[in-house]
Formats: sequence, structure tokens, C-alpha cells
Amino acid sequence: MIWAALLVASAACYALKLAGLSLPQRILEGPRVQRIIPLLPVALLAALVATQTFATGRHLVLDVRAAALAVAAVAVLLRAPFLLVVVAGAATAALLRLVL
Amino acid sequence: MFTGASQFAFVGVIGAGGSAWAGAATAALLGTRNALYSLRLSSLLDLRSWRLPVTAQFVIDETTAMTIAREKPADSRLAYWATAIALFSLWNLGTLIGALATQALPDPKALGLDAAPPAAFLALLAPRLRAREPLAVALAAGLIALVALPFVPTGVPLLLVAVIVVLYGAWPR
Repeated sequence: MIWAALLVASAACYALKLAGLSLPQRILEGPRVQRIIPLLPVALLAALVATQTFATGRHLVLDVRAAALAVAAVAVLLRAPFLLVVVAGAATAALLRLVL
Repeated sequence: MFTGASQFAFVGVIGAGGSAWAGAATAALLGTRNALYSLRLSSLLDLRSWRLPVTAQFVIDETTAMTIAREKPADSRLAYWATAIALFSLWNLGTLIGALATQALPDPKALGLDAAPPAAFLALLAPRLRAREPLAVALAAGLIALVALPFVPTGVPLLLVAVIVVLYGAWPR
């Protein structure tokens, strides 16, 4: 089932790109579409950050991942490159687990 | 599926125990921005005949940024394909190395690998927060997802957030 879902998601992601390249421009140029589309990734990425940091399954938890996120946020504010942000977050969690 | 945030989201939802279809829906919703990018690119690239379906696969944040920053159409096309080829090969090589390497790891949590995805999502999110509205939307989305999380199946908070932001964006003003 995972592979079926993966194929469907891949087809959808590809179709969205193809649609933008081939559809008449006016379809995607409505003011509402133009407002919604940039906000969608913002909302989804923020929700992913929140749920992957402060939850395990369906339980809210506060653990070393919160500290890891804080360190990653500092790295982002310091304009660190993508990979460094990810490594800083993972290293923080690993070190805290070692110490605590 | 060549669009990084969607890949991470798909794996993230399933890894947290959500259904594969909730993961697929989240991945597709994150991919909607590529339709807007394609719209910008359609006047800059050569899309005759077979080039259209081939070009479509490589429309992502990075190729769009590199292409629209050029002044001449020829430079735009070169930038698009140079970025596409470099990213596509290195990204997939990195994915392969990661997949093989993690199979050899005894305990991913000891390396803090469960803290890597939120850091990655934050790094993808940060450049989109340079105005007040997206910042407010991001904070509200994170809060709504956490409040909903204990009450609905895993993965569904993300879809709930997507519905709310679409309603918010469509609200007449």
C-alpha cells in the first residue's frame, strides 16, 4: 500500500508541474489561487515542524527534540546552509541523549 | 517524486505512524507550489513537443530560482538544465547513500536522526517567513496541528491545516 500511495503522490506532483507548464496562464492567475498556493507550503511545513518535534504518534511530548529544534532555529537565523541546520539539530538530540 | 519537501513529508507522515494515503495527500499539497513555478517558467523555457514532459519533472524551488534570475532566455535555459542535472543526480545519489547507510545503523535515535526531519522542515520553511502574514500563518498552523493531534489519526492534522489555510486564503477581503 505504501508503494501505491507513493506512485499516486509522485504522479500528482508531476501532474502539478506539467499543468503549470501547459495550462493557459489565466487558470492559475486568479487572486485567490495566487494567495493560497504560497501559503500552503508555509502552513504544512510549520505543521510538520510542530508535530515531528512535539509529538510521538498521537501523544504530545516534550523531549530532546525541542532543544534540537531550538538549536536548528539558531542555525537558521545565522543563515547556516541547509545541511548544517539538519546536522546541528540531529547532533543536539544525540548529545543530549548521551548526557541525560 | 522529485520535490524535496514532498518526499520528506511523505516519509515523515508514515514514519510517525500515519496512513500512506495521508502521506500522499500531504506530499501532493506541498507540490502545488510547483504549479505556480511552472507557470512562471513556461514563458522562459523551450517546451516544444517532447521537451514539455521532460522539462516538467525538474520544476522545483532551486531550478525556478536559478532560471528566473537570468536576463536572456538562452541563459535561463542553460541555468534551468544545469541546475536540474546537478540537483537530480546529486540528490538521488545522496538518497541512495542515506538508504544504504541507515540500514547499517543499529539505533537511529542515538544519532538524533529523529530530530533531523523537523530541522530540515524548519530550514525549508524559514525563507518563506520574511513577511508578517506567512509568519502568523506558520505559528497558527503549528498550533492547530498540535491541538488536533491527540484527537484524529496520525497525518490528519496536516490535512486539517491545509483545509484551514485554503479557506483562509479564499476568504473574501
